[in-house]
Amino acid sequence: MTAPLHETSAGESTATVVGAPDAPGTPDNSGTPDASAKAIQGRSPWQIAWTRLKRDKLALAGAFVVVFLILVAILAPVIVGLLGHPPDEFHEDQIDPLFGTPIGSWGGISSDFLLGVEPVNGRDVFSRIVYGARISLLVAFLAAVFAVVLGTVLGIIAGYFGGWIDAALSRVMDVMLAFPQLLFTIALVSVLPNELLGLDGSGVRIAALVLVIGFFGWPYVGRIVRGQTLSLRNREYVEAAQSLGAGRFYILRRELLPNLIAPIMVYATLMIPTNILTEAALSFLGAGVKPPTASWGQMLSTAITTYEADPIFMVIPGFAIFITVLAFNLFGDGVRDALDPKGSR
Amino acid sequence: MTLMSSQRRRIAAGALLAAATMVVTTACGGDGGNKTGDKGPKAAAGFNAAVNKVANPSDKKGGELKFIGSQEADSWDPQRGYYGFVWDFARYYTRQLVSFKSEPGAASTELVPDLATDAGKVSADGLTYTFTLKDGVTWEDGKPITSKDIKYGIERIWAQDVISGGPIYLQQVLDPKGEYKGPYKDTSADKLGLKAIETPDDKTIIFKLPVANGDFLQMLAMPAASPVRQDKDTKAKYQLKPFSSGPYKWESYTPNKSIKLVRNDKWDSKTDTIRKALPDKISVTFTTNADDMDNRLVEGEYDLDINATGVGAAARQKVLQQHKGNVDNPQTGFIRYAVFPQTVIPNIECRKAIIYAADSKSLQTARGGPQAGGDIATNMLPPAIKGADAKADPYGKLAGAPDLAKAKEALKNCGKPNGFKTTIAVRNNKKIEIATAESLQQSLKAVGIDAQIDQFDGAQTSGIIGSPKVVKDKGYGIIIMGWGADFPSGQGFLQPLVDGRFILQSGNNNFSELNDKAVNGLFDQALKETDPDKAGELYKQINTKVSEAAVYLPFTHEKNIIWRSSRLTNVYTADAYNGRYDYASLGVVK
Repeated sequence: MTAPLHETSAGESTATVVGAPDAPGTPDNSGTPDASAKAIQGRSPWQIAWTRLKRDKLALAGAFVVVFLILVAILAPVIVGLLGHPPDEFHEDQIDPLFGTPIGSWGGISSDFLLGVEPVNGRDVFSRIVYGARISLLVAFLAAVFAVVLGTVLGIIAGYFGGWIDAALSRVMDVMLAFPQLLFTIALVSVLPNELLGLDGSGVRIAALVLVIGFFGWPYVGRIVRGQTLSLRNREYVEAAQSLGAGRFYILRRELLPNLIAPIMVYATLMIPTNILTEAALSFLGAGVKPPTASWGQMLSTAITTYEADPIFMVIPGFAIFITVLAFNLFGDGVRDALDPKGSR
Repeated sequence: MTLMSSQRRRIAAGALLAAATMVVTTACGGDGGNKTGDKGPKAAAGFNAAVNKVANPSDKKGGELKFIGSQEADSWDPQRGYYGFVWDFARYYTRQLVSFKSEPGAASTELVPDLATDAGKVSADGLTYTFTLKDGVTWEDGKPITSKDIKYGIERIWAQDVISGGPIYLQQVLDPKGEYKGPYKDTSADKLGLKAIETPDDKTIIFKLPVANGDFLQMLAMPAASPVRQDKDTKAKYQLKPFSSGPYKWESYTPNKSIKLVRNDKWDSKTDTIRKALPDKISVTFTTNADDMDNRLVEGEYDLDINATGVGAAARQKVLQQHKGNVDNPQTGFIRYAVFPQTVIPNIECRKAIIYAADSKSLQTARGGPQAGGDIATNMLPPAIKGADAKADPYGKLAGAPDLAKAKEALKNCGKPNGFKTTIAVRNNKKIEIATAESLQQSLKAVGIDAQIDQFDGAQTSGIIGSPKVVKDKGYGIIIMGWGADFPSGQGFLQPLVDGRFILQSGNNNFSELNDKAVNGLFDQALKETDPDKAGELYKQINTKVSEAAVYLPFTHEKNIIWRSSRLTNVYTADAYNGRYDYASLGVVK
């Protein structure tokens, strides 16, 4: 994280921008008229952020991988149709019946099965990885959205109104943070019915994963938003709006929220990789999607029994999780550096 | 093989000779026999050398027999243990009136006298069994074992509030109305108030059954029928240090960690034709990591897995390829199957469609293949049980491929030509069972049967699939389970599964809820039959009727891949102990 930051600093000739990350105490950066000020004139904070992000090579690489993964997830049926086999199709002819391991070397990797086959049933690992990306990304994104919406609304209310509302909401957040999320989810999933509100099979599980991961994720966003709101609500421009007779709701929406978008965005991007890991962990523990739906965590858990005979089958989903989490983290760090909260407005 | 010095070479030579006779031994197995490693002798007797025959026969005493296990006993109290390996191990420190013959394979299921002088005198009506005790049978303190000790031991089964968990067959057969309250609530002075057992003198014991039961001797062979001496009965704590009547006594025991047994010098080998008592010491070590256990067995640190549930999938390939000579692959007497609750799928044609559509070969592979999984099963009696007919294959499952045409026809007859929706219930803690569920789901899809997999908590089996109400509420049309007999007879295997009178509201095992008058009637007939062969014929008829009802889809006659260290002598698998080695006969080279 530090390396790209310095690179960016060196690359930018303006003292304005360099000042912000290096001196956290500096409250504002807009008032430094300097020779290069002309160069950045007329650029909105978003444009500045975009310029910074573009110079951060690692973040760009992360973003590229993220976009690629999203495309893979969306186009899964097409990709698998071209390069693989249906993800649930058994290929027992690829399996040594005595040991249950792939006949071919390297986990059965061949031109027909690009990433080999799953032990015991011979399902195409490539197809399952591609379809697994759908589950991972879907759950991670939806859970992040859910957490951000809930966290923002409750955080902003707590921060702006203060008093007993703040006290109550803050305690709720503390309780949520102390709650054993993993155990709760496992317990919840085991009592979930097979069909619920028109969803069935894996649909129920995906909904449950999104709700649980999102529900336990909101206090993190909520705390940040609350803190930020606390510091913003006494700013002059808020007071000015108040003295002009603006209503509370108007102030929340038009004066505070735009200033909170940067930290929220940063947190949301960094939340996604955590969610991916949580989903994988829950699937690994058997509380994720139902078989035969493919998921990376579930593949890892299946691989445990055969890791000595067929290590490749463990490496591949592990690598998929690793790459995805790394890409999101690099991208998230880049976004944070670019959208440094202190730099907005 | 007598071994004094330079043991390694000589064991190697002896074992190689044995290995050479093994037709099935492949190049890999042969290599295993050739290797003489650094850590102790590595010569192996050969693949399946101890299945249905004795590997490394020897009478040499001494040494320490080292068990390791990943599962601790439910209880070492003879009246409370129900795990199969406990029954096998219990013969080290308990004796019974009759016990299983120390012979390999199917011959082991024959009952021979142990504490008794003969296998009992049975009255013509099959209601009275009289036994006389041998002279010179003693407890570990040298006092003689009396008929009253045996009666007291059996009475402990009645005290289910304290002595819980063990088999209750004797209680059901001797006191079906539950009149006796157990020795701890017994008001008689000698605490021997059970009327069904009489002890006219210290050498004689008489059992009086209200209803004849052809398998009564089998129940007397269970450790639950072992003697317990009243002054040594520590009730619930008895499991921590059972007082020995067998060739070994308990020296130390730390639950979940280790057990040490040493020789009981008061035990007289002249009174015991069953137990060889070769090792000087017997130790058991418990570990929680089954994969680690497999590795330590392969490295020669321990001799065998006390649980004998088979080498795990992680080590299986290594073991079979590099150490095949140390492997036995016996039948366990278990059948792995899917069962269809009739309350959820009432139409027999729909159930037939599932059976026809299932891919037996794929299910076998999911179970672990022909060696680790077992042979494809086609009906519900395992080969070791009288009345079994491996050729009875009413649904053509031996072909190994699904019969889609017949499945579709059955669906049409069921009135659902495009298939239907159902749920497969499977224990969440058994990876292999989940794999079989996925295989079944996949092959059912081909005929339009859409099966959801529901993984339930494997520790809650008796309250979930064991409850007919929960099964119906959850819509479990297919339940994946396995079953092994408590004693090798049709009664021990089939009755809890298919007799309608065994349907329970909790802890049920008759998952299909089959309640067929003809089947129930045949059981009544078979129970009264004292000739095992005639009883076998009746069990065969029951089995045919069960197949006709289309409530079971058997997957495999289970086999295990079990590790046999090269140190073990006198090793053989016993059908009486579900394909485990007969522990009482084992010895070790020092």
